[in-house]
Formats: sequence, structure tokens, C-alpha cells
Amino acid sequence: MSRTILKKAACWIDDRLGLSATLGPMLRHLVPQDARWWYVFGSATLCAFMIQVVSGVALAFAYTPSAADAYSSLQFITHDAPFGNFLRGLHYFGASAMVLMVGLHMGQVFLFGSYKFPRELNWMTGVLLLGFVLIMGFTGQLLRWDQNAVWSVVVAAEQAGRIPLIGGWVARFTLGGETVGGATLSRFFAIHVFIVPALTFAFIGLHLLLVLRHGVAEPPKAGEPVDPKTYRANYQALLKKSGRPFWPDAAWRDVVFCVGMIGAIALLAVVFGPPELGKPPDPSIIAADPRPDWYLLWYFAVLALLPHGTEKIFMVFGPLTAGLLLIILPFLAPSGERSPLRRPWAIVGVLLTVTFIGALWAVGKKSPWSPDFSAEPLTSQIVGTTSGPVFAGAQLFQEKSCIDCHLIQGRGGRRGPDLTFVADKLRQSDMIIRIANGGVNMPAYGATLKPAEIEYLVAFLESRTKH
Amino acid sequence: MNESNPEPSQSCRESKRGEITRRIFLGRVSLALAGVGAAIVTLPMIGFILAPLYRKEPEVWRTVGSVGDFKVGETSSVEFLDSSPLPWAGMTAKTAAWLRRTGDRDFIAFAINCSHLGCPVRWQSSAGLFMCPCHGGVYYADGSVAAGPPPAPLARYPVRVWGGEVQIQTQPIKIQRS
Repeated sequence: MSRTILKKAACWIDDRLGLSATLGPMLRHLVPQDARWWYVFGSATLCAFMIQVVSGVALAFAYTPSAADAYSSLQFITHDAPFGNFLRGLHYFGASAMVLMVGLHMGQVFLFGSYKFPRELNWMTGVLLLGFVLIMGFTGQLLRWDQNAVWSVVVAAEQAGRIPLIGGWVARFTLGGETVGGATLSRFFAIHVFIVPALTFAFIGLHLLLVLRHGVAEPPKAGEPVDPKTYRANYQALLKKSGRPFWPDAAWRDVVFCVGMIGAIALLAVVFGPPELGKPPDPSIIAADPRPDWYLLWYFAVLALLPHGTEKIFMVFGPLTAGLLLIILPFLAPSGERSPLRRPWAIVGVLLTVTFIGALWAVGKKSPWSPDFSAEPLTSQIVGTTSGPVFAGAQLFQEKSCIDCHLIQGRGGRRGPDLTFVADKLRQSDMIIRIANGGVNMPAYGATLKPAEIEYLVAFLESRTKH
Repeated sequence: MNESNPEPSQSCRESKRGEITRRIFLGRVSLALAGVGAAIVTLPMIGFILAPLYRKEPEVWRTVGSVGDFKVGETSSVEFLDSSPLPWAGMTAKTAAWLRRTGDRDFIAFAINCSHLGCPVRWQSSAGLFMCPCHGGVYYADGSVAAGPPPAPLARYPVRVWGGEVQIQTQPIKIQRS
């Protein structure tokens, strides 16, 4: 009885709203029957975005977007609010999943040549969505509003300042004024919570509309190139012959993968929790070591490794060129073979990109170009003596911050060469010249060290030998 | 629903003859009016969002200590408030500088921001160097570039001695331009 009433009510609502009539054909649109597990990354990205929306809305109930109070509100969310720690973790790992899934989706679409006719705009809206995801990732890191966030804003403003002609305005817009202050956080909050998500919703809608209009690209086959004159007719014929309704024939894989991903994100949030907040957002605390979240760490490495003098050009034209190349890709290769087997350069391109970003990420994680301000001191065992010029030189090696940039038997920074066995490579005169004159990445100590101090340092370095 | 439209869109194939019918006229007037309505709402919004671009902050002198607090030849960090912090700025209204006393009444105040990307440089007193934790920029005690990627010396704040007190004039964060 009650089931009948419920069913009647559901039918009445459906009739008045027209849900089945509107959404039904969309859900049951035909897709190629062999579109299988390779095709789950797009819906997984959407799923990760929904996790971000849900967890973000929940966090907004307690987060205070004020420069003075955001840090303490985050402390409350993390340590006191029920489920607060879990929700922050969910939001953090959800963001990571979104970046990862959008990368995988893009890689799959590129390798399958699905950006070609007639799906050029699918690709282009996807590139814009990638940009929105990265903007949300970066602005989200700033909303953590600890010391790292404050200095990341300054770094962003400095990069914006390099834009020709309007750089100063963009930098001021980023800071919300001339310095980091009360206006800074609230702008990033508005961008992160309203502007970019609204754009993301709009472009996801457009992206999905384009998927419905042009259909899900069939898996590519070698020897079946895209010909704009015949492609649409061939695609229709393929669907007529062997197409399957998206729901549920194809959608079940998306659901299984998304639920698995949600489980993994939740597990990570429980086991590892959100990133711990750093020091308070006080710009007068100078001992800071700002680093971006993992998905932008590779770019942080790029900025450190660029040849001196090229940063200004790269900071502006690097991202611009990369974005432009991605956007115009469908027009560079609008037709022809889609199969990666016939497009080896596509495979090489993806492998190179992954290797490049992976290697930069690894080196960015270590940041060997940064001085090690907390290097462990050299022990008497390492120095080999407790008196005399060698000992005095070792003391100077630490006092003058040489150890911040040079390794001696595993202790010190990695900015400069490892000096553990420097005496096997350099003569005394070379050492003196390098200490006195410095180099591209080393200060010249000639004006600050006394002759006797240089002698001691050289004596210490000459004792660094295998023999 | 058809998954893939095999034909180019209709509007692309229709040719415009240039005649304005009542329907076209009403359509265009509606669009124009909608544009006016949207402008009434969005222009103030854009002005509000872009306001910081045009707001000139006053430059004010902030006392950072007495002359006697600083030894000749030494460099130490000092902190002070921005020129006109917003009431809800909290601790972000603070900023810092490296103050070097070079004579009886002579001081140099360096910005803490590395000229490369703005990270806070640290003074290594025993080495007589400023070092940046981000990308390894190094500066000598006078703020000139010693090593690494910084394209320019450390920026300086105007500094004066006023009635026995050392004062620094607030400045915008120095943004390097291309």
C-alpha cells in the first residue's frame, strides 16, 4: 500500500518536473561499446570536484575569511570541531585527486587523439578546466593562511609583476593593495569559493554538453584516420551498429572507479589527515621556508633551475606558451590518425612530460638549491682534529655559512658542490681563488675574510681527501 | 537524444539578408537592454574589486627603536606596522626590515623580500650575508647581490633618526618588473 503511494508520488513529481523526459535521453545516450576503463578519468575528475564542493561547503561553516582570524578558525576546525580534521583531509586529498585525475583524463584524451575533429571545443574547454583546477589548488593553499600561505602570496605577486605593462596592477590586485594585509585573504577566499567554482560549474556544463553533442570518442584504431568529411556519418553508423546506452552499460565502471576513489581519499584523510598548519601568518617572522603544495612543486623547481636572467621571460611566457599550445592543439592536428600506435610522437610527448614533471617534482622536494640553515655541525671525528689550522678552518666553515651550501661527509647543504673530498679535485691555489672570488652561485669572500681565515679554511679543505 | 549531430549547426548555414524584421528588432532591443541591466550591476562590482589598484597608501614614519638599541656595524631585524592597516588585518598588518647601523646617526633599512621572488631573506651575521631560503639567492651586507638568481639588490626603506628614535618609512612591497 505504502509502496504504491510512494510510487504514485514519484511518478507525479517526475511527470511535473519532466526529469525522465529531460535527463533520460541524456543518460541513455549511446556510447561506443568498447569505451571501457580508459574512459573513467573524466567522471572521476567530476566526482573529485563534487567532493571538493561538499567538503568545502562544510568547512565554510566554520572557516573565517578574515586575515586576523582565519588561522585560529583553522586551528579550531583541525583540532576541536567534530569531523573537522577529517573534512580538511578530505578537502586536501580531494584536491590532489582532482589534479591527478584531470591529468590522467587529459593524457588519455591526448593519447587517443580524441581532441581531433569534431571535438576541438571539448579539448579546449577541458584545458580551461585544467587551469581552473590549478587556480583552485593554489588559492586553496593560500586559504590555509599560515606563514607559508602569506609568503606564497608574495611569491605569486612577484611573478605577476613580471607581466609586461600590466604587471604592477596584477601584483597589486593579487596582494589586495601594496602589501600583504587585511584585504589579501578575503580576495583569495572570494576567488577560491565563488569565482573559480562558478566558472568551473559553467565549463563542466559546457564540457558535458559538448560530450553529448559530439558523443564519446570511440577507442582509436590504427589505419582509421579522422576525415572531417566522413567522420560524423561513420560515428553514427558505429553507434547504430554496436552502441550501448551510457546508463548503465558504461556508467557502472565510472561509479565503481569513483566510489573506489572516494574510499581512497577518505582513507588518506583518516590515516594522514590534512597538512599541519605552519607558523602564524605574521609577515614579520622572517624564519620562513615557503613551499607550494605538491602539484606545483615542480614549477617551484623550474624557477630555481632556470639559467640566471631568463626567469623574467619564463615566468610570463612559459605558462602562457604552454597554455596556448594546449589550447591550439586541436588546430595543429585536426584530423588524421588517432591511434597512438600511428602517433609515436604523442607517446613520446606524454612520456617526456611525465618524466620532466616527475624529475622536477623530485628535485623540488629536495630543493638542493636552498641553503640548509639547520645543518648539523661537523663533529671532531669528521674534522679529524681538535686544534690547529684544520680545526680553526672547520670552525670557520660553519661560522661563515659555508656549511649551509656545501656537504662534508653528509652534513650541510647541497647548493654548492660536495666538498667531502675536495682536496682530490682542487689545488690550494684554486681553492683560494674560489673562496676569494666566488662564482655564479657562491659569494666572494675576499672582502670579508682575513688572509689568516682564508688560510685556515684552505687548510681544512686540503684535509678533505680520500687518502 | 542523438549523441552526435552529423550536420553542421543550423545557424551556420542560414544566410542573413540584412533585413530587420519586428522579431529581429525586438530580439536586439532585448539583448541591448539586458546588457544595460548587466552593466548597472557589474560595473560597480568591477570597480569595487579593482579598487586596490587605485588606492594609494600613505607613507608614514614608524619608530622601530632608539638609536642606542642598535650597535654600529650590526644588522638586526625590526618590525613595524603597515601604513594604514585594515581593522581586521590582525598580525598581517606587521612587516619587518633588516636594519643596519653604519655610523653614529647613519642607518640602512633593507626590505626582507628577496628581489628574485619576494621570499624573506635571513641575515647570517657571522658570514655577513643575507640568504634566501627559497631559491638560494645571496646578498652581501650592503644588500648587493652576492650569488644566485636575484636580479637586483635588496630594496631599501627610507630611514631617519628623529628625536633619538630610529624611524622607517613604510613602503609597498617592491615588485620587480620585466
